[in-house]
Amino acid sequence: MFSGKLHGIHAPHRKNTVDSVPARLPVPPVITVPMSMNIGAPGKPVVKPGDEVKVGQMIAEAGGFMSAPIYSGVSGKVKRLDEIVSANGRFDTVVVIETDGEQTVWEGIKPPVVTDKDSFVEAVRQCGCVGLGGAGFPTSVKLNVDPDRVHNIIINGAECEPYITSDTRTMIDSADDVIYGAQLLQKYYTADRIVIGIEDNKPQCVKIMEEAGKGVPGFEVASLPALYPQGGEKVLIYNTTGEVVPEGKLPIDVGAIVINCTTLAVIAKYIKTGMPLVEKVVTVDGSAIANPQNVIVPVGTPIQNVLDFVGLKCEPKKVLYGGPMMGTSVPSLENPIMKNTNAILAFDEKDAEDPVPSACIRCGRCVAHCPFNLMPAAIETAYTNNEPETLKALKVNLCMECGCCSFSCPARRPLVQINKLAKGMLNRYNAEQKAAAEKKAAKEKEKEAV
Amino acid sequence: MNNMIVSVNPHVYAKDTTQTIMRDVLIALFPAVIASIIFFGVRALLVEAVCVAVAVVCEWAFEKITNRPITIMDLSAAVTGLILALNLPVSIPIWQAMFGAFVAIIVVKQFFGGIGQNFANPAITARVIMLVAFSGAMTNWLPAAFSNAPADAVTAATPLAILGGAEGALPTLAQMFLGARGGSMGETSCLALLIGGLYLIYRRVISWHTPVAFIGTVLVLTALLGKDPLYQVMAGGLFLGAIFMATDYTTSPPTPAGKLIFGVGCGLITVLIRVWGNYPEGVSFSILLMNILNPYISGWTKTKPFGGVQA
Repeated sequence: MFSGKLHGIHAPHRKNTVDSVPARLPVPPVITVPMSMNIGAPGKPVVKPGDEVKVGQMIAEAGGFMSAPIYSGVSGKVKRLDEIVSANGRFDTVVVIETDGEQTVWEGIKPPVVTDKDSFVEAVRQCGCVGLGGAGFPTSVKLNVDPDRVHNIIINGAECEPYITSDTRTMIDSADDVIYGAQLLQKYYTADRIVIGIEDNKPQCVKIMEEAGKGVPGFEVASLPALYPQGGEKVLIYNTTGEVVPEGKLPIDVGAIVINCTTLAVIAKYIKTGMPLVEKVVTVDGSAIANPQNVIVPVGTPIQNVLDFVGLKCEPKKVLYGGPMMGTSVPSLENPIMKNTNAILAFDEKDAEDPVPSACIRCGRCVAHCPFNLMPAAIETAYTNNEPETLKALKVNLCMECGCCSFSCPARRPLVQINKLAKGMLNRYNAEQKAAAEKKAAKEKEKEAV
Repeated sequence: MNNMIVSVNPHVYAKDTTQTIMRDVLIALFPAVIASIIFFGVRALLVEAVCVAVAVVCEWAFEKITNRPITIMDLSAAVTGLILALNLPVSIPIWQAMFGAFVAIIVVKQFFGGIGQNFANPAITARVIMLVAFSGAMTNWLPAAFSNAPADAVTAATPLAILGGAEGALPTLAQMFLGARGGSMGETSCLALLIGGLYLIYRRVISWHTPVAFIGTVLVLTALLGKDPLYQVMAGGLFLGAIFMATDYTTSPPTPAGKLIFGVGCGLITVLIRVWGNYPEGVSFSILLMNILNPYISGWTKTKPFGGVQA
């Protein structure tokens, strides 16, 4: 079994907005709510142009088991269904809503009836929650497990990405909701421990959560070293429980559920009030931002509106969803705030420019900093030489694309990009192998039959 | 608004680049350069300047002729030139020093694909080639300033040669440590090299594993074999080799375990050559031989992926 410490990097913290109490964005004239905001099937719109919608009203139902419903964060009128290019490069359907500025709450809002684990999971599903740490995994799917298998519930308050403080604000401003959520989990799952992991660069959060969690049986706060990627799921599980999630397995296979602290607070709010996930606290920061701050934004608000509200120092040359280590750059400022958007970072020309790669000098820093002990330089060679078998042996599919290798590479090799491409190469190869094996088996069967 | 940059994460980077790493190595070599001038005179500086200049010009010319990106600004050629110079006796004819720098950059580095692709350390390999080609000039040691060589002496034997039976008075341990003894112009001052090594470890350019394993192995083995371990460790090119050449990224293993094996191997071969070989010194040969074994050591000491399941 693995023992020892996981590697990582000392990323710059840049938590400029820790003390920024989230301000509410004035209602934007138009919001464009995307249907793909989670891993799995996109939502299916249940509104049509001309429909009136109110705050908290459903505008799309879950598109399948691995999906989540979507609600309006504004009151107004549906203008049209449209298509945009999302940050991952794919086309996505959006529901365009013209707001009326009234923010009338939908009359159907009422707290759900939660009596047991199944009704709890159903409530989480109705709430529209997805992994708000950034992954966007439908939370109800994660929680839909046999309660007896859960030994450790881990609340993710690490927030290890530079700049972002939205989870920090959740812990400061909504500590009670986090604790209420923890108690609900405690009630419906038979976990021995419920632990919130927080990086030690946020001592105020550690203190607040310790205070708020007093008297909750099994609850503890783990103050963890500020070493990126402390908040990576497998990293957090290992550092709080010592368990290693094996290749191809899920946290529940080692008895753990990991849930982001903001996700938990949203669930708690929904169960208390019946208001589903319709708005997000978003950290707005970066070298192009005049006054970095936290903003409460309805899901679907175009980034442009958020930047206009906060103020720009210069024209942004690169804008990110999320942090600088794992965030995705957006193609246009028309792209909307999504459920799992926890930050909008806008950078000036100097910070936006991609570095020019030079030859690998084999310093080994990519290996020394990889949390999962992978060998990115070797993966790059195998990918360049078109060797999927070598990629398999190098376990490229374990890579979580945290960015430590590229960050620490003095030659600025695009290692994360190559890991992504290498995974694609390996997956294609595996599919081809499987198809070939099936074809062979079918042929042999045929022969036997003859 | 469609002129925004879209790229794959991460969007921030550590400060270190190839250039800053090589600059740190040059900074770390600075004390040794000063020591070489103090003990062997201004000609040391001349040889160093010539080697650096030829190395950089050769790299530039090769890349120009072969139409490749010019990489002289990454400073790696300057590092190679300087390390080579520090490995030469101060009396080396200038044309021979130029030849050495040419071999290091063109034959050992660029013929194999440039930075990061050479299988052996360019400076070491060039030195070994020069040792074979110009064995007279390469072992012509002038007496160092502040050494105990007679005032009228024209040449001075190295401490290893004296320990091996050559004529001459053995320097004191203090002279050995400070560098007032015969030898290659950059190898004699253990103090200067140690300062450079500590700087590189502090800047995380190198790790302690290789130098400690290398020097430690020589210390222990020579003690076991009944030699004077302190003289053995401070004599010859051990500090220069262990700190600046055995730690070369391209030609040594990337993992701590690999570095330890590499260092121990270097120490072992050095002692074997010193004690039983024909040459009084074996540091260069040991590093060169371990360079050849590097791919195997790197293969044995691969990291174990976290959560990886053996297929």
